[in-house]
Amino acid sequence: MELLMTGSAANPSGPRWLLAHAALVFGFLYLPIAVLILYSFNGQGVGGFPPQNLTLDWYRTLFGDGAIWDSVLNSLWVAFAAMAISLTFGIPAALALDRSQFPGKALFRRLVLLPLILPGIITGLSLLMLFNLDMVATVLKWITGQRLSLLTITLGHGTALISVATTEIFAGLQKLDRAQEEASLDLGASYWQTFWRVTVPNLKLPIIGAALLIFTLSMDEIAVSFFLIGRDNTLPLEIWGRLRRGITPEINAVSTIIFIFSLVTIVFWYRLRVRSEGAAEVGTELIEPAEDEA
Amino acid sequence: MLRNDFSTMISPTTSDAKVAAGAVSTAKPALLAIRNVAKSFGRNVVLRDISLEIAEGEFLTILGESGSGKTTLLRIIAGFERATSGELWMGTERLDAQPPYRRRVNTVFQHYALFPHLTVEENVGYGLRVAKRPEAEITQRVVEALAKVKMTEHAKKKPSKISGGQQQRVALARALVNRPRLLLLDEPLSALDANLRRQMQVELKSLQREVGIAFVFVTHDQEEAMVMSDRIALLRSGELEQVATPREIYSRPATAYVAQFIGHTNLLRGAVRDGVVRCETLSWSSTLPDGPVLFSLRPEQIRLGSSGASGMVRTRGRILHQAFHGATELIRVQCAGDLVLTVRTTSGSAPQNEVEVEFSPSDAVVVRESPERN
Repeated sequence: MELLMTGSAANPSGPRWLLAHAALVFGFLYLPIAVLILYSFNGQGVGGFPPQNLTLDWYRTLFGDGAIWDSVLNSLWVAFAAMAISLTFGIPAALALDRSQFPGKALFRRLVLLPLILPGIITGLSLLMLFNLDMVATVLKWITGQRLSLLTITLGHGTALISVATTEIFAGLQKLDRAQEEASLDLGASYWQTFWRVTVPNLKLPIIGAALLIFTLSMDEIAVSFFLIGRDNTLPLEIWGRLRRGITPEINAVSTIIFIFSLVTIVFWYRLRVRSEGAAEVGTELIEPAEDEA
Repeated sequence: MLRNDFSTMISPTTSDAKVAAGAVSTAKPALLAIRNVAKSFGRNVVLRDISLEIAEGEFLTILGESGSGKTTLLRIIAGFERATSGELWMGTERLDAQPPYRRRVNTVFQHYALFPHLTVEENVGYGLRVAKRPEAEITQRVVEALAKVKMTEHAKKKPSKISGGQQQRVALARALVNRPRLLLLDEPLSALDANLRRQMQVELKSLQREVGIAFVFVTHDQEEAMVMSDRIALLRSGELEQVATPREIYSRPATAYVAQFIGHTNLLRGAVRDGVVRCETLSWSSTLPDGPVLFSLRPEQIRLGSSGASGMVRTRGRILHQAFHGATELIRVQCAGDLVLTVRTTSGSAPQNEVEVEFSPSDAVVVRESPERN
């Protein structure tokens, strides 16, 4: 937007076609979402054009629909648990990649990325095979009473998303000024204190970024969930299941809520980033070329 | 004349009034002893057999070019690197086995390494806070430290909101507030512009006098080293070339490298035979033993024109080049043979093309050759 405006200010007649092109791209991206939101208020249900009798009925139906809300809660539960799992494993993995030398490090670095690239079908199927093993199945049944449940979905998401956590936090670590940690040790803080007082605060942004990304990815994940689903549906699977019986604007309504929720998340993330810009400035200044030896 | 034994030079020859008043012993007790420290990264040898003692309250500068190993030596003292061999002793305490956070040594980093997520006062209070000092004491000591570096008004700001010079002061306060026995400074002035740099040199030196803590200051700037130091340890390719006071290192450089690195000099290569030194067309009598010899002769020890005094070495030459340095000028004079002498004169003299130059043989200091290393 800003770019376009400065461009047109400099040369008012020139980039008109560019503006049109931008509008087209914008429309291509957001028209479906606009339609989705619009029809969530349509009294005639889906299909009719133009929408008529704007109403909040579908939202009322939605709020009265217990199955949808169960699936939303299930999804939230899975997303938070997957976030916890992938961060718990991802942060140490990123630290190991950044800080220590170990045999097979290059291989590990590539392998840890693999679940990100692997089709969800493979991840889902392979996890299903694993959970089908007698021993594993026994343990799962002992914990939840079922072989497949939200627990298996959570494990699936957590596994698949460790790679996201690792790469995001590794990128953050690479930008971190190591002299700060040395300064902390120098001032009498132990390695552990340094980690909590200097490393983690400096990784706040990558950690929150990774958490939000994991949360979002888990919330709308279908492929892996599909293989690992037990009795309880997650939201995408619930929606998918209902769509097989035909579209209702109730689905539009729940999607609109998800969309708004995502928007709020993005704005929150952006503001956080802007607020810590000061820290980022110091960072770049510290990375300026040091002329001395190693 | 040839000083092979560093230990003779290590005893500080400081002219401090304190020492003179004490008058019992001229040598201050050693605070830190570096014994035969060597360091290599893989096959790359960075430091070789470094032995050095740092006295209580001393301002010692480790001077060297890029790649001389000076920062590595500092990092070994701080505990960020482990020496490949050798020992560090602080009094009766073996230092090199201890992690950085146990050493009573603090560091001012090259780019300050302030914590961006903490305010100025939180940065300064960091060391005291992790040491779990009482809050009241922390507050008081932070206030004092900030006052000492004149940063009180910026206490609540984040490091990104203050200038480089101010960050420098905060880094100093953050280190000094812990009352270390030794403060390490890794080229702390290199990021500042020339004016601020000169000002900080003076401030840093007076601050050091005031707090009485030993400073080990690393720099590649010989002028900075001369201005601030009680002693200079000159590193070259991982070895100590000379450790001495600025005056001594300037007037009695041990090696050709030292003579050239610190200020300008003329290196005269010659030979002694039967009590006579011959360098190119110059000659003078001497008590040196027979053999090849290398002299360092400072430009200011050479005069243009003839004073007529006896015992001077004189020659004639043609002026090649004249460089204006403010109060003085450096003039390169092509003498007979391949001999080119650099002469320092006061500015304003407009010498003719052909000049006579003279110097006293006693000003020519014998130096060791500095063979190529690595």
